[in-house]
Amino acid sequence: MDRIPILKFGNALLVTIQVDMHDRLATALEEDLTSKIVEHNAKGVLIDISALEIVDSFIGRMLDNIAAVSRILDADTVVVGMRPAVAITLVELGLSLTGVKTALNVERGMELIKARLRTSDTDEEDDVEE
Amino acid sequence: MAANTGTVVELVGSNEQTILPEWVDLQKKAGSLQTGRISEGELLSQSREFLHLLRDGLARGGTDASNPAYGPAKQLLADISRSRALQGFSPGETATFIFSLKQPLFNTLNRNTALSPAQASELTWSVTLLLDELGIFTLEVFQKSREEVIVRQQREIAELSTPVVKLWDGVLALPLIGTLDSQRTQVVMENLLQTIVETEAQIAIIDITGVPTVDTLTAQHLLKTVAAARLMGADCIISGIRPQIAQTMVHLGVELNVVSKATLADAFAVALDRTGRAVIKLRKTAAGSDKNLKPVEKGL
Repeated sequence: MDRIPILKFGNALLVTIQVDMHDRLATALEEDLTSKIVEHNAKGVLIDISALEIVDSFIGRMLDNIAAVSRILDADTVVVGMRPAVAITLVELGLSLTGVKTALNVERGMELIKARLRTSDTDEEDDVEE
Repeated sequence: MAANTGTVVELVGSNEQTILPEWVDLQKKAGSLQTGRISEGELLSQSREFLHLLRDGLARGGTDASNPAYGPAKQLLADISRSRALQGFSPGETATFIFSLKQPLFNTLNRNTALSPAQASELTWSVTLLLDELGIFTLEVFQKSREEVIVRQQREIAELSTPVVKLWDGVLALPLIGTLDSQRTQVVMENLLQTIVETEAQIAIIDITGVPTVDTLTAQHLLKTVAAARLMGADCIISGIRPQIAQTMVHLGVELNVVSKATLADAFAVALDRTGRAVIKLRKTAAGSDKNLKPVEKGL
């Protein structure tokens, strides 16, 4: 069974979903991501779904779950690159992903995460490269 | 029966010179020309042409209006009916065209002394049926044309009233005009999201100054749009809620959990502030010459 790669940069994790999500892949991603957040002490998770054309309620809930889990583990989730059609579908499904931060593209998402890293940097003595 | 319709064909053919003026006169009396939408010449030529086609139809198809021989006559009726619908004739005025033909035809039948009373009444009956059927056909086409006009206008209104305007780099405005139903919300949403992608906007201001009423359904549609924009990474500000509407919304218990400002200007100021910009006054100018250039106050 293939898995979606999770990349680490600094204190953040980057997930790019390039294939059509099926339910088992989504569950696997959720598990992998949870353990990676703890492993790397990540403060931010960036999920790029710009290649995702079809989103059903299950995937929508997965995104919400990931955000909730990350929040418990003290990491912010940013979903970036959602297509207009996908956004409309999610809203019509009644999933407005209130717990998730969103950004138009990866660049904007990075800015959000960097801002978060900067603020947490001042609280903790964790060193983060610029 | 064939002989009877043959008589009608003959009568219509030979008495065209009396039927036509009588018919046109009746139409004029009914007020077809009063509105000035159609000229007398036009009316005359339409009437003459229809009379010819009716005669052809009678000759080849009897008095059965569903006979294919009436195709050309119906086509002409449809054209006339459609053009009158577009010109703004009332259904009654349009129907008059065909129904006012009855009297001249019956007069002609009555003037023909060669017919026995029984024959005359039978002919009158079949001609009445024929003209009624053609009249109903005319009205059907009229109605259909009017519906087409309405559908087209609806589509145009929907397209016209949902522009997405770029106010500044990363700031979009969406001035909504007219009632928000689910169909229009869909169009608005699609337009907005597409423009967010194209302009990489961070903030969208939804201005509802032109929305006459906000009920629970409208509010839900607005919230959907806001939620969809948020999923695309853009924040929404709602502006232009009029005092009465604000009151109605509170009475209805409608809650918009979105940043809302009274005017588009206020919302724009917030948008600029959030994107790290401000409008400042460069120099003192004559009073009132550039009101909109007053500095943005902190903490708006």
